[in-house]
Amino acid sequence: MQSNCRIAVDVGGTFTDVVLESGDRHFAAKVLTTYADPVEAVMEGLEQVMSLAGRPPGDAEIILHGTTLATNALIQRTGAVTALIATDGHRDAVEMAYENRFEQYDIDIDRPQPLTPRKLRFVVTERMNARGEVLVPLDESSVEALVPALVHGGVTSVAVGLLHAYANPVHEQRIAEILGERVPGMSVTLASEVCPEIREFERLSTACANAYVKPLMSGYLHRFASELEARGFNCPFLLMTSGGGLTDVATAARFPIRLVESGPAGGAILASRIAAERNLDRVFSFDMGGTTAKICLIDDRAPQLSRAFEVDRSYRFKKGSGLPVRIPVIEMVEIGAGGGSIALVDRLGRIRVGPESAGSEPGPACYGRGGRNATVTDADAVMGRFEERRFGGGAMTLDVPAARAAVDERVASMLDMDSMTAAFGIGEVVDENMAAAARSHAAEWGKPLAERVLVAYGGAAPQHAAQIASKLGLDEVIVPVSAGVGSAIGMLAAPVAYEVVRSRYMRLSEFDAAVIEDVNADMRAEAQDVVGSATSEPLVETRRAYMRYVGQGYEIAVTLPEATNRVEILRDAFEAAYRQLYGRIIPGLDVEVMSWTLALASGAPAFRFPGTDKDVEDALVSQQGPMYDPVRNAVVTAPRFTRETLSPGTVIDGPALIVEAQTTTVVTSTFTATIAPGGDIIMKRAEG
Amino acid sequence: MKGKTGLDAIRTQLAWNRLLAIVEEQAQTIMRTAFSTVVREAGDLSAGVFGTDGSMLAQAVTGTPGHVNAMASSVGNFLARHPLATLRPGDVLLTNDPWLATGHLNDFTVVTPVFREDHPVALFASTSHIADVGGRGFGPDANQVFEEGINIPIGHLFRGGELNQTLMDIVRANVRDPVVAEGDLYSLTASNAMGGEQLLKMMADFEIDSIDAVGERIVAASEQAMRKEIGALPNGTYRHEMDVDGYDEPVHIACALTVEDDTIGVDFDGTSGPSRYGINVPLTYTEAYASFGVRCVVGNDVPNNAGSLRAVRVTAPEGCILNARRPAAVSARHALGQMLPDVILGCLEQILPNAVPAEGASCIWNPVLLSSSLAGAGDNTGGGDFVTNPIFNGGTGARPGKDGLSTTAFPSGVRTTPTEVNEVTAPILIWRKEYLADSGGPGELRGGLGQVIEIAHARGAPFEVSKMFDRIQHPARGRRGGGSGRAGRVYIKHGKELKGKGKETVPAGTTLVLETPGGGGMGDPISRDPAAVRADLESGLVSEAAAKESYGYGGAD
Repeated sequence: MQSNCRIAVDVGGTFTDVVLESGDRHFAAKVLTTYADPVEAVMEGLEQVMSLAGRPPGDAEIILHGTTLATNALIQRTGAVTALIATDGHRDAVEMAYENRFEQYDIDIDRPQPLTPRKLRFVVTERMNARGEVLVPLDESSVEALVPALVHGGVTSVAVGLLHAYANPVHEQRIAEILGERVPGMSVTLASEVCPEIREFERLSTACANAYVKPLMSGYLHRFASELEARGFNCPFLLMTSGGGLTDVATAARFPIRLVESGPAGGAILASRIAAERNLDRVFSFDMGGTTAKICLIDDRAPQLSRAFEVDRSYRFKKGSGLPVRIPVIEMVEIGAGGGSIALVDRLGRIRVGPESAGSEPGPACYGRGGRNATVTDADAVMGRFEERRFGGGAMTLDVPAARAAVDERVASMLDMDSMTAAFGIGEVVDENMAAAARSHAAEWGKPLAERVLVAYGGAAPQHAAQIASKLGLDEVIVPVSAGVGSAIGMLAAPVAYEVVRSRYMRLSEFDAAVIEDVNADMRAEAQDVVGSATSEPLVETRRAYMRYVGQGYEIAVTLPEATNRVEILRDAFEAAYRQLYGRIIPGLDVEVMSWTLALASGAPAFRFPGTDKDVEDALVSQQGPMYDPVRNAVVTAPRFTRETLSPGTVIDGPALIVEAQTTTVVTSTFTATIAPGGDIIMKRAEG
Repeated sequence: MKGKTGLDAIRTQLAWNRLLAIVEEQAQTIMRTAFSTVVREAGDLSAGVFGTDGSMLAQAVTGTPGHVNAMASSVGNFLARHPLATLRPGDVLLTNDPWLATGHLNDFTVVTPVFREDHPVALFASTSHIADVGGRGFGPDANQVFEEGINIPIGHLFRGGELNQTLMDIVRANVRDPVVAEGDLYSLTASNAMGGEQLLKMMADFEIDSIDAVGERIVAASEQAMRKEIGALPNGTYRHEMDVDGYDEPVHIACALTVEDDTIGVDFDGTSGPSRYGINVPLTYTEAYASFGVRCVVGNDVPNNAGSLRAVRVTAPEGCILNARRPAAVSARHALGQMLPDVILGCLEQILPNAVPAEGASCIWNPVLLSSSLAGAGDNTGGGDFVTNPIFNGGTGARPGKDGLSTTAFPSGVRTTPTEVNEVTAPILIWRKEYLADSGGPGELRGGLGQVIEIAHARGAPFEVSKMFDRIQHPARGRRGGGSGRAGRVYIKHGKELKGKGKETVPAGTTLVLETPGGGGMGDPISRDPAAVRADLESGLVSEAAAKESYGYGGAD
């Protein structure tokens, strides 16, 4: 019997990764992303893995795809000329936002520019109230009157976002009909469909973002699908969403905003699968690349989910400096520090790292391409955390003297330190930033950090993971095999899933089981529609209510039990969730529900972690080299191992380096590394 | 021993970073757990850690600069009343006294000493705005602080870990929403406890049994950086004056900013005397907004702590409206306090002309909308009781090289609540909320725009509006030839003008209109880039008439 043949494609900003799972083996290709038409690189990568595996296109059972194209279009502002149609009197909500400055002490900040400029924000005469009752009927002539301006303005995509349309979408739907008749071919996004949730700024911002990328993404996805067909791939083609589930092309083309964070989501799914494989209840997923790092908490083998995300945080990755979108996302904290982040000394004599990055050209000084800035990678090079000749898979030779010169010039000389101490300082500042972000993230969600296992992937994570684990008091670190294509591998492990939201306000003092049933049925039908077309497997239903005490500003997500036919069930579920977050409840205060969500998901697919596909040679120390040990604050001589040559069961005491093509794992002196049967590196901290 | 001292420097920096992270986490805990909406949504709170000598080592950057050094000095007041030696583990102190804490009764400050093996090692303090503290309710109409609500002198909220039930009962008995008040006091207590735990963990990680040495270095480095920056400014005294609306009569604010070597002195001699209404400002709050004004431009990247705050001294003559004496009414002290940075910036413009924005709307517009069957303006038409306090903003002043920000809070950092949420939580309809064309002060760089807001009762019932607005008679002035922003307005649609301060009734079936003020412009409007004028015109931010009149713009060129 022919073994399975599943393929994942992750189109990133720089590289397109393609992974083919055939039997218990994985075949991977990494090609440069082709900006003009990203499909080209994908097809090249597909060809490579098919020929590596020796399988014809007809063998492919499924193709899974994640992409940063939507995100890039939003950040680089290369989407469609987009108009907004709003309720008369409210067209500026999308720009006024929260009317605040995200940075208190900088009078020079710019507020995020909306995707729909004011001259393309039009109004129609209509008004709903919060209960969805029509206060002013839609004046259809006010819609007709917009047609010339849309045409003359070169508008190719329209977002319709009316006040309280989450409660009653008929006016938005009628506007879509009129536009369909009068401007055929116009791409139309209804806010009440993409995000039927109270809070006009966030909802309209989401609708505008969806409208902005819709023509581009829908063109790309359909081209992709037809190219696959032309090449003989007759299998289903599914898209990875930011919420960690897979969805079909039709849905992705309608709601492309749901694809924005699909790459990082793949990574979090990978970490979740590792948690499931190894039976770990509490995992700390740590992804550190060239410019940023991402942290995600994984409890009970599932990543933490949320509905709030901000695209393009343009001011030092600061909250509030980007555009909010309300979609199902895997909750992650993003830190503006990666391997390429630049270190400098501020006026107070403090070392600062990031968020400015040296990028890939010229890159860190140690790349030897003329970079003069001292980056995190340079500090790692000075501390002996790389094997010079195998750097970047042997593609380039690491220029350690250049790294040292940069660290000397930009940091050490300013602080009257030697270069090793300065490099240590840079590393410590980065690691401390990561640890602080992790603590804050955990505190924000009321989740403990202790006793988590840290899963490290992405090019820069394995160098820093042990030290960050020490700072957080974590005892175990896992560096999975193929950490460099972690996102694509994660996609292979993702379920088919779709989440729907509805805002239907309800106070528990006015509990009405029939309303809940009605909302559920409505959401279930919509989710079934999407998921049913992509899978025939049995589905698991998850429902949440977004609840708060009356008068509070923020809702909390409350996972609901199957039956919600009695008010006590909702109150108990709310109080349990509230207690977990805040430690106490408030007796006697009424509770209100702002929104409801329902998700349908298939079980996770059968998925095998790759085995080591090389013949095991002797686990030889290839090199000895000087390495700065942050625990002892001293330079020590450490052995360097080549990861591919390490057989399962090998035990390596720190300090040591384990080198592979895409990254290097630093085993500090308090850790002992063991190679697990599948090839994962498991580092455990010694007692005391 | 280059390596050794280098390592010490790095360890100090890491400890500093950790302290900053701890107070941010402390603030986040309050944001999450507070009951008052203004704390949770708007960020009206503060959090900080203090050394055993009462000097502030780190403070979270939150939504309000109004607590900047108000909190720093309040901990000194706590320690004067209860010296550290008299405190035990489990003790938690509390006050909301406007003169001892942060300027009005709504702000409750909680201070908690942290002990390591029975030795005090630090104190954590936190403040948040509790929506109701009894009295007349939040607003400027009182004549004495006694009318404004309950006043808790500095005392124990917890003693040795045990709640002072009598005190809690007194608080609960004197406020309209005891659940919220109690919840917020627990929220502050819990945030300090969380900070204390994190500090002890940090001390264990760093293997230190005191943070005094680290504290001294933090304070010294910050003070040095601040003084170095001030030292680069030319010595001299720079004066600036500004008139604002006041409650029933204009208030004159006079300011002299003196640079003397590495120190800045700010003095408000010549400022108006006290008001009969609740817009008086205790000195502690004057200090906060005055030093924030300085810090926006001088040393804005130096963290707030005892060292950086020490380099700026703020004084005001005893008894003037900016150094109000008991028992002056102070509830709406923000209306005047938020105006102070504009005055300070007017002084600094004389030495740093390219770093200072024009005047802005500055004071937030936060009407209290209410209907109460017990109050005079009773609702006899079935509208039901409600109270809600939305926040709206005007424009900021034009900035060197950039237009002002439209409808954006400055100097306050609060966030607004969405129209849809305002309409769910109270029986009101906000029919219009959009930019007000031509409200930005003309200039080569344009002031930010204000907005127009139209609010009606959802069922046409009458309701009351309590106002604390400014810049209705005294618009934000431009700089260097830039024009003033448009003045604010409050009126009944198709009806009469309302006053900027105090409580009035919006009659049945009518609509309340607020026009928030625009920011001042900078530079001669005639020199504005025609492309920028055209863009404003196309966007409807500037009308055709104004483009022609203010900017001399003749259409396509």
